[in-house]
Amino acid sequence: MPIAAMAMYASSTLVHLSAVDVAIIVFYFALVLAIGFYLRGRANTGEDFFMAGREMTAWVAGLSFLSANLGALELMGWAGSAYQYGILATHWYWIGAIPAMLFLALVMMPFYYISKTHSVPGYLKLRFGEPARALSAVSFAFMTVLMSGVNMFAMAKVMQIVLGWDINFSIWVSSLTVGVYVALGGLRSAIFNEVLQFFLIWAGALLIPILGLYETGGWSNLKLQIAQRASEQYVHLWSGLGSFTTNPMGIHWTGIVFGLGAVISMGYWTTDFLVVQRILSARDIRSAEMAPIIGAGFKMLVPIIVILPGLLGLAVLPMKLTGEAAAAITGGHSYNDVLPLMLARYCGPGLLGLGVTALIAGFMSGMAGNVSAFTTVWTYDIYRPLINSKGSDHHYVNMGRWTTVIGVLISVGTAYLVMQFASIMDYVQALFSFFIAPLFGTIVLGMLWKRATGPGGFWGLLCGTASSISMWAWVKVDPSALRYVALSPNAKALAQDMYQALWSFLVCVTVTVLVSLATQRRSDAELNGLVYGLTEVPSVGDVPFYKKPLFWAGVVAVVFVFLNILFW
Amino acid sequence: MVSIWFFIGISLLVNGVLILAAGIYQLVDPPENPGVVLFDLHANVWWGAILFVLGAFYTIHFRPRRKQA
Repeated sequence: MPIAAMAMYASSTLVHLSAVDVAIIVFYFALVLAIGFYLRGRANTGEDFFMAGREMTAWVAGLSFLSANLGALELMGWAGSAYQYGILATHWYWIGAIPAMLFLALVMMPFYYISKTHSVPGYLKLRFGEPARALSAVSFAFMTVLMSGVNMFAMAKVMQIVLGWDINFSIWVSSLTVGVYVALGGLRSAIFNEVLQFFLIWAGALLIPILGLYETGGWSNLKLQIAQRASEQYVHLWSGLGSFTTNPMGIHWTGIVFGLGAVISMGYWTTDFLVVQRILSARDIRSAEMAPIIGAGFKMLVPIIVILPGLLGLAVLPMKLTGEAAAAITGGHSYNDVLPLMLARYCGPGLLGLGVTALIAGFMSGMAGNVSAFTTVWTYDIYRPLINSKGSDHHYVNMGRWTTVIGVLISVGTAYLVMQFASIMDYVQALFSFFIAPLFGTIVLGMLWKRATGPGGFWGLLCGTASSISMWAWVKVDPSALRYVALSPNAKALAQDMYQALWSFLVCVTVTVLVSLATQRRSDAELNGLVYGLTEVPSVGDVPFYKKPLFWAGVVAVVFVFLNILFW
Repeated sequence: MVSIWFFIGISLLVNGVLILAAGIYQLVDPPENPGVVLFDLHANVWWGAILFVLGAFYTIHFRPRRKQA
């Protein structure tokens, strides 16, 4: 069925598109395909296809780094969380991202960059040997492609609810488009589309907070209205975190600071290859360090288009939103519907199409990120070392193209699997998080502690992951175990994730240290270029102070502290 | 190689034109039931114009140029 007919077919949906809205969506699909075809001639070597030629500027790499994480589900999910938990959801954008991004830029990026690795598992190979790389690569590849499918299904479901589109139509059109442009242009094509998506998201979503604040009479009035309809604690970042019971999320400040800020966000932003790959494409060391700092600067602004619409929804929407289960029973709207509802509230013809395009673009670039990262890890960290180490560069590029297509097809298969067994979705999303926190422990010890050994890295990673899975399974089987895992029976799901990550990180670090002390260390010469203290970190060049990464990291850090105090 | 900013300019420009046109049409011939809050602000007119100007700037500034021999 043609897309226009699909759109017009929608009857009982959240929003109804006009012809101009459909034209905007069709134009977006045409443009991303055109970019893919244009870039196909510039993806002939391995460096071109998998690393975008390592020629991206700091701005392009930085916006792409941020965009790879700014998917549609992320936008809608956190807007829903803001409606449910209030401004506390902002922690995932500020303390849950900014310190980690600055740490990546100033401490970890030099090692990733000068080791010339193609991937995060590739760094593990150089630092800890083949077993650690194989464990990390296989788990990453497996989980990435499954996650891609889960997200695809979730997005198709959203399109069905919001626009009334058929699930099969959404899955196949979006996945084939992503498959075509990534297979043709490789990482460069994915990065181009991610930067395009970044602009579309801002263009499509920024009107909601502008018009919302106009309608409510500004921030002060908005706070008063939220206090009347929900609670005063919905607009405070830190003041309610002294106890598990004095904030809407049921979390303590230790969970936010140590679980989210020190472990989960560090793990995600510094070791998840999906985002790190974008920085590895930077053209020089200064660009590689500046890219996460630029990303951090914009990350601090994202709550304007995600959290603020959720808070505005609390104040202005006439209906009360509920959880998915309750919404399914009552036929009402769930928390996750808040962003489309606000879009429909303010956006007329044209603007609505742009908003929906932003959601579609967010989903497609997220999927492209998953697929391009999967392709690189499969080709360089699984296929080449374990299956065929003697292929030519041309052979590996062809492998990359075919892996892109196969990765997309596996994702589609996963999406249909999830359609049959919806509970798989929860399991896969939880599983993915199991690998992040321990991987951060392994890599940070590898970079900062020269005594860490190969067996230490491998066993630490394995035990950390196993402990995380065990804690999750324990709470699944016996919900009362939450009082041990999350330190409180009142903890909500997000709070459990924070503490689970913290414990698995500590298990990983403890096992790595103990095993390393009991095994033979490598010589200093072997660790040159891989470990802090044994490596001469290259200078960013003789540039004025205002072009130095350290200066801009300082600026971002000051703004970060100021914002947290402002919304305390 | 064509700059990425050129593609972004094209995207903003085309979207700006479409949204501005839809906004002007509604300004000239207002619907009986606009279906949105704050319709009187005509957000699609000024937002479309902003996107159009921004897109035009990026498109012109980063347009592909022939290299001089």
